[in-house]
Amino acid sequence: MAILVDKETRVLTQGITGATGQFHTKACKEYGTQMVAGVTPGKGGNRYEEIPIFDTVVRAVTETGANASVIYVPPPFAADAIMEAADAGIPLIICITEGVPVRDMVRVKRYLDGKGSQLLGPNCPGVITPGECKIGIMPGHIHRQGTVGVVSRSGTLTYEAVDQLTRLGLGQSSCVGIGGDPVHGFEFVDVLELFNRDPGTEAVVMIGEIGGTAEEEAAVWISTNMKKPVVGFIAGQTAPPGKRMGHAGAIISGGKGTAHEKIEALKRAGIRMSASPATIGRTMQEALAKS
Amino acid sequence: MNIHEYQAKEILKRYGVSVPQGQVAATPEEAKAAAIKLGGGICVVKAQIHAGGRGKAGGVKLARNPEDAEQKAREIIGKNLVTHQTGPEGRQVRRVLVEQGLSIDRELYLAMVLDRAQSRVSVICSSEGGVEIEEVAEKNPEKILKESIDPVIGLAGFQCRRLAYALGIPNELVGKMAGVMQALYRAFDESDCSIAEINPLIITNEGQVMALDAKMNFDSNALFRHKDIVALRDLNEEDPREIEASEYELSYISLDGDIACMVNGAGLAMATMDIIKLYGGEPANFLDVGGGASKEKVAQAFKILLADPRVRGVLINIFGGIMRCDVLAQGIVDAARELSIQVPLVVRMEGTNVDQGKKILADSGLAVIPAATMAEAAEKIVAAVKAK
Repeated sequence: MAILVDKETRVLTQGITGATGQFHTKACKEYGTQMVAGVTPGKGGNRYEEIPIFDTVVRAVTETGANASVIYVPPPFAADAIMEAADAGIPLIICITEGVPVRDMVRVKRYLDGKGSQLLGPNCPGVITPGECKIGIMPGHIHRQGTVGVVSRSGTLTYEAVDQLTRLGLGQSSCVGIGGDPVHGFEFVDVLELFNRDPGTEAVVMIGEIGGTAEEEAAVWISTNMKKPVVGFIAGQTAPPGKRMGHAGAIISGGKGTAHEKIEALKRAGIRMSASPATIGRTMQEALAKS
Repeated sequence: MNIHEYQAKEILKRYGVSVPQGQVAATPEEAKAAAIKLGGGICVVKAQIHAGGRGKAGGVKLARNPEDAEQKAREIIGKNLVTHQTGPEGRQVRRVLVEQGLSIDRELYLAMVLDRAQSRVSVICSSEGGVEIEEVAEKNPEKILKESIDPVIGLAGFQCRRLAYALGIPNELVGKMAGVMQALYRAFDESDCSIAEINPLIITNEGQVMALDAKMNFDSNALFRHKDIVALRDLNEEDPREIEASEYELSYISLDGDIACMVNGAGLAMATMDIIKLYGGEPANFLDVGGGASKEKVAQAFKILLADPRVRGVLINIFGGIMRCDVLAQGIVDAARELSIQVPLVVRMEGTNVDQGKKILADSGLAVIPAATMAEAAEKIVAAVKAK
């Protein structure tokens, strides 16, 4: 089992003709994901790696039955691409693009209200159900099929955690990158809810970082709802206040959003915290042994 | 991206927010001329730096007349101002804003800020103006009023009135207050601000509503569509290494330690800083080389790291996804040769083509200390730096 994506998911790539779109569409296809269409306005009628390209998302959906979209469109146009996908009724929209203006995302979220689409990202690596479906830029080969769910704001730090899990024989049910931006789609709570209900997930690794209050909100939800063990790691204990640490959302603002606060909140909710990024896998191993 | 108070006031003025009459000056003589232009009476001389807390640090001075303004400007310009926001090294003042003196009846706080939990912009105001809003948040949170703004309709009149009544604004000023709030929101929204703050927003004895101070920060993701705002950038207020790094699309932040790190990915970079500290070392910086690090980018990253004289060791931690470890290893070898690195270098690589990458490092003849895990890497670099 898994959450969000599986071998039946039919994926279209928005921004398929750009270098990034091409590279990752090919890589996902090689992994085994059903890459069924591409959209680049003006390039309809062409093909990339035998994948048909359309001018509009609506057309792509009508012709191919795509039910998920991955977006590699550059920042000035990414919000528009998300809204086009929502307007076309795509149930799962994954925006990889980094650098989307916050104002655009505030509007996108308003637009998505009441529509049937769910958004992952922007500025995220995507989602993978190992062995079945990879949508995004994560290296497929470090993942293994299993029962540990992973949800994270990071990209390469997630791969580090996944690699540790795999080496310990702890495969993953699904790995979800919610991204590093301050305004985005799926929050920790949304993904944890899905993992909680997924019979194929027995425990969850949660990787957060400084900035915002998403981890604290997750902690509250976890303490009253979560039926499965959660292991956490928060990056940025050494981050100075007021500085944006790479990710647009990774900033300690007005004294709020420190790693310390998040770690304490998660501990209070009964989550086992890994003090070091190098022991995330081992902490999960211990958590599973105890449960 | 930050701008100075005088620049923020110019922007707000264009949106219809009343600001005190004033002029920026770069020398004491210019300050005197500005004071004369303002009428020769009482004025305020204010240091222009990208940091708050200037008043407490002696960066805001009252002047009785133009000669006094010249003297006050002489005391401030060229001085290193240390406030609670500048860090201990302080900031050198290059300009002052000379403004008319005003008779203040009330000081309020007004700001537009992103509410991440709501994914909406909020207007925040308080009757406690002229003090640090974080202090108010701690001691008197009930005095902080908020309204969430629907991006489709903007800040509505009824929301402004609700806030104005709660602030105890007299009827005859409610309209003006609403006008200022809506103007601040429009400025925030159209300029792609990350924060727009007026502290204090004053009501003068003559019944004027004015921005006595103004602070605007801009979303760096949106600067591509605001060339006029980019033109306001003051490079003197930024860390030169951070400026150089951004020119090469490297994300770099200077810290206080002596162990430099180079990592791909912001979360992993923060985690690397954290693990260095965990093993008893002090990180010198945050550096994210991003996903497409070429040999040139790696070399550039090295140069920036090594330009910091405090650096006594370098830790490279790369998890290769799209970035291949062999490409990175070659980049490290070429850059290290070119720069002849004198400090210990620990390299930890994992991911795509890691075996080829390790071989390249091993065969290079360079004194690279390999590590298999993040823990091993942190342990080794801390030990190597201590041993020197």
